[in-house]
Amino acid sequence: MRVVIAEDLALLRDGLIRLLQAHEFTVVAAVDNGPDLHTALTEHKPDVAVVDVRLPPTFTDEGLQAAIAARTHIPGLPILVLSQHVEQLYARELLSDDTGGVGYLLKDRVFDIGQFIEAVRRVADGGTAMDPAVISQLLARQDQSGPLAQLTPREREVLSEMAEGRSNSAIAGRLYITEKAVSKHINNIFTKLDLPPSSDDSRRVLAVLAYLNGQDTTNT
Amino acid sequence: MATATHHRAGRLTTLAYIFLLLSQNIAALLLLPLIITSAILTLLWIGLPFVILTGTLLRTLANSQRRTLHQLHPKNPLPSAYRPIPPTGITRRGATIITDPATWKDLLWLISGPANITLISLPLIPLLHGTYQLLFSLGLTTHPLYGTYTPGPIHQLLTLAPATLLLTLGYLLLPPTTNLYLRFNRLLLAPSEKARLTARVAHLATSRANTIDTQAAEIRRIERDLHDGAQARLVALGMNLGMAEHIVEQDPTTARTMLAEARETTRHALTELRDLVRGIHPPVLVERGLHGAVHALALTHHLPITVTINLPGRPADPVESAAYFAIAELLTNTAKHAHATHAWVHINHGHNRLVITVTDNGTGQATPTPGSGLAGIHRRLDAFDGTMNITSPPGGPTIVTLEIPCALSSPKTLPSSETD
Repeated sequence: MRVVIAEDLALLRDGLIRLLQAHEFTVVAAVDNGPDLHTALTEHKPDVAVVDVRLPPTFTDEGLQAAIAARTHIPGLPILVLSQHVEQLYARELLSDDTGGVGYLLKDRVFDIGQFIEAVRRVADGGTAMDPAVISQLLARQDQSGPLAQLTPREREVLSEMAEGRSNSAIAGRLYITEKAVSKHINNIFTKLDLPPSSDDSRRVLAVLAYLNGQDTTNT
Repeated sequence: MATATHHRAGRLTTLAYIFLLLSQNIAALLLLPLIITSAILTLLWIGLPFVILTGTLLRTLANSQRRTLHQLHPKNPLPSAYRPIPPTGITRRGATIITDPATWKDLLWLISGPANITLISLPLIPLLHGTYQLLFSLGLTTHPLYGTYTPGPIHQLLTLAPATLLLTLGYLLLPPTTNLYLRFNRLLLAPSEKARLTARVAHLATSRANTIDTQAAEIRRIERDLHDGAQARLVALGMNLGMAEHIVEQDPTTARTMLAEARETTRHALTELRDLVRGIHPPVLVERGLHGAVHALALTHHLPITVTINLPGRPADPVESAAYFAIAELLTNTAKHAHATHAWVHINHGHNRLVITVTDNGTGQATPTPGSGLAGIHRRLDAFDGTMNITSPPGGPTIVTLEIPCALSSPKTLPSSETD
């Protein structure tokens, strides 16, 4: 699998290269600034890109901007954004084109190598990988009332696992329940939230994320 | 002539204000003996509390006169420039009042009370006499005029002439005397340039001291957080790694547990550092400016928040930061105390001021008690000559308006947009 890496700190860049190479990824480009990232993404059209939000030359959200710009040129270009902090605002912007193949994780998630690699693969396959912190903020916001309050604690667990982007079998593995139980929970969730059922994993996740994002506020 | 004077206030309005001015001057006359008494008592070292009392009264009275003069001539504000009275210490407060040149100027105004009363009376006396005589001549009063002339057709008819004369005289005298009064008192009550600058310096000194205090406290907090948090965790991490290295050959299982623990410790340290950074300067503020940061804040808030931002450029970094933290604090207050269901944040810029309004539909009664978040905002804005205005009646809504004087940089980073 061909991957582009954008990270300005050499220590972390080398770490990511080593990590991904050890898991059968081919690093086709490793860049350290925004303009180079843009070139690398449009030239190599990688299977997946792992991108730091903050990059030179402006040290603002250069990486995120380049990622979003590249995805408008090449719709669905799989990009996993890494950051030292998560912002709902950025998560929304990444999800706004509704095509999947996006990830947004805290840099700490790299520690859990198995899960991180799984997330990169998922994004490459057109799925999503949202940081648990993003999801828990979304859930915390609308706890007081509304359809989410009708979910059982177990269903809430399943919902947040699913919103992070996991497949049924991955959820089953993490919650120590059967896959059948997971799909039953998911059916219940979709009924309670009044969402159209979907067999396609990534469409389903996007629907849930859109639901969580759309309901919580009248705007921004 | 009349028009020249009266595009300020109508003649009747002026007359009403004249009575107000008169009562203020009479109050001034009554205050004079009190002040003299307190001055004499001060010579005996027991009068300082009296000085504070009478000094404060004098300030209040002079300020009410200033306000009236301003209302009579709305385009020309008349500010006061007193040195602030320290909150504690009888001697310090007394000394502040006595040594403030503004106090002595006010005294001058107080002493000129009789002259002022005479000046006001100039049109008032003919007007009052004229009215009285008019009432008599129209037969509306049955008492003898000035106790001498009994009502009768001849007396009444004869009185009509002086009544008309006096009323006309009063009517004609009203504008010039008011004008003269305004000028004279303006001269006495307007702060001198020196007093204005002194007040400004005093304000700057206070706000600078506050800024330094706030910053020092912040740095202490950061030091403590780093020391007890990330630093301690890194030590633990190093220990864990060292021990794992030591036993990895003999006891790989325990070594593995220790390594897992080390990873967990790293994660905790990172979380703490992240929170700390957010408190110093939120990354999203660096990345997206006030515009993006306030939107990001609204997205994670528990209440639905409507954000409207209309900024053609970006304010300077320190202003952005102060504005962001003020908004964050206000929204936290709303969530904690107001029982609100919706909040609104409006940000715009005009007349070289950044204007921020934070409104909620809660229960109101927000007050900036010392040590509260609101007081903290006030203190921080003070460093920028910013102001905070709270309207929070019982039952709500609460509207907090922040104004910070600042210029905007050229629009380059972000499209300024309205969200919805």
